[in-house]
Amino acid sequence: MLDIKNLKVSFNDGRKGIAVSGIDLHMEAGDTLGLVGESGSGKTVTALTVAGLLQKDRATVEGEVMFEGKDLLKCTVDEMRLLQGKDIGVIFQEPMTSLDPLMRIGRQIEETVKVHCKFSAEERRRMALEVMRLVGLPEPDVTYKKYPHQLSGGQRQRAMIASAFITHPKLLILDEPTTALDVTIQAQILELLKKLNEKCGVSLLFISHDLRVVRRVCKKVAVMYHGEIVEQGDTDQVFNNPQHEYTKRLVEAVTTRRRANV
Amino acid sequence: MRRTPNYNLILGCTLTAATVSVIILGFFWTPYEPDAMSIAERSVSPCAAHLLGTDNFGRDILSRVMQGAGTTLEIAFLAVSIGATCGTLIGGLTGYFGGIADEIIMRVNDAVTAFPSVLLALVAVAITGGGKTNLIIVLGILFIPSFARVVRGEFAKQRNMDYVKNAKLMGVTNLRIMFVHILPNIAPVLLSSIAIGFNNAVLAEASMSFLGVGVGPTESASLGRMLLDAEAYLFSAPWQALSAGFAITILILGFALISDGMGYRPTWRPVAKRRRKADA
Repeated sequence: MLDIKNLKVSFNDGRKGIAVSGIDLHMEAGDTLGLVGESGSGKTVTALTVAGLLQKDRATVEGEVMFEGKDLLKCTVDEMRLLQGKDIGVIFQEPMTSLDPLMRIGRQIEETVKVHCKFSAEERRRMALEVMRLVGLPEPDVTYKKYPHQLSGGQRQRAMIASAFITHPKLLILDEPTTALDVTIQAQILELLKKLNEKCGVSLLFISHDLRVVRRVCKKVAVMYHGEIVEQGDTDQVFNNPQHEYTKRLVEAVTTRRRANV
Repeated sequence: MRRTPNYNLILGCTLTAATVSVIILGFFWTPYEPDAMSIAERSVSPCAAHLLGTDNFGRDILSRVMQGAGTTLEIAFLAVSIGATCGTLIGGLTGYFGGIADEIIMRVNDAVTAFPSVLLALVAVAITGGGKTNLIIVLGILFIPSFARVVRGEFAKQRNMDYVKNAKLMGVTNLRIMFVHILPNIAPVLLSSIAIGFNNAVLAEASMSFLGVGVGPTESASLGRMLLDAEAYLFSAPWQALSAGFAITILILGFALISDGMGYRPTWRPVAKRRRKADA
């Protein structure tokens, strides 16, 4: 479904340099792929490229990103807009600031549908309430009318997921979706994502620096280091039997910390 | 903790509400016909029959102030509407999209702002001819730059906020982002600059009419026009100038207080608790 071939991204504004140097990624429908790496390893840039958020005047992009037989890098802005939100949903790290502070939650969740499909207001409302129930927002009828500041961080992230998921996209890109949340809420959100993947078959491209989080959700994992993918494969296999030196150190760092905690 | 009340906003709204209701009353009823002259009652000082006295044609000043303030407010309202609407459109588009068009339009904007607006308005009205309609259009156009600048700054700031990026990711069109998402979020700034714009418009109308290029003598009364008429009798019948001047002051004070109040952030002041005995 998603096929990234020899993707190269380099910036040509202030921060000159190569962010991503020729990576290949492959995802089937229903896959959960974790993209792991340290800060600056190019994982977010990869996600931004797939989401079509990279400003074309600031970065040079080569290679191809095939999504359902269409090269996203060759799409025009308008073609891209039709895909964004409808087939490709994106959820960012910052649930606190990613919602319009002056728009009611319900309207915000509906907005994706409003922009992409022609449904009556009544149908949209019904869809919003349904998806709110699905992501586990409490009392959908009441929450529908609330403003973002009236929700907690975890609820806002659920609202974000609801607004990305209401159109039933084929691919969800999650850029560190749980980093800003505390550990209990993190676990709930991860469970929710897993449920969405298993029940609704949405593919997840999960970007994180947190190995434990990736391990929990993703069946496959790709490790990025200095703009390259140094290792990829099944999550268990990669983590139990790391081949590359960097992956070994990464896994070791987590396991030692876990041992220290016990 | 107790919230300190927003005195500026309360006082401003009260003043404005009072003046506006007097003005609205003036549209339907005035003590006398504002244009009715009476030779017998020329320049009568304030008395029970004429609360603010009469002018040198024997016209009742209270009636004229009521009508004149209405005219002034109408001109200010329409001029600010033109300025705010066009300014928001221009500022919004340039601020949101940025780029070279933004630079060019904003430099033109700066150039226009560099001239005193009343002076520009004088020239423009001199060319187009006076009268209420022309005055409204000219003032409206002259107010565009100040609104455009304020709105542009706000849009440029909001455009990089996460919720805007997120809306883009949802495939929301730029126009919808601009007017459904960003515009409500800049409302506090926009509203307070509209209130300031109102002040400037009232003052501009008054000065233009005072200089004789605004509302003509055959049109309805306006506060600036009344000041012009009163100038010759400043010492013999000061109530003429005082009434019109005072009306302008109150109008402006009301709007100024409102605009101050808009930017108000409540401070919480601690309520003194009963003092407990100090811990031993």
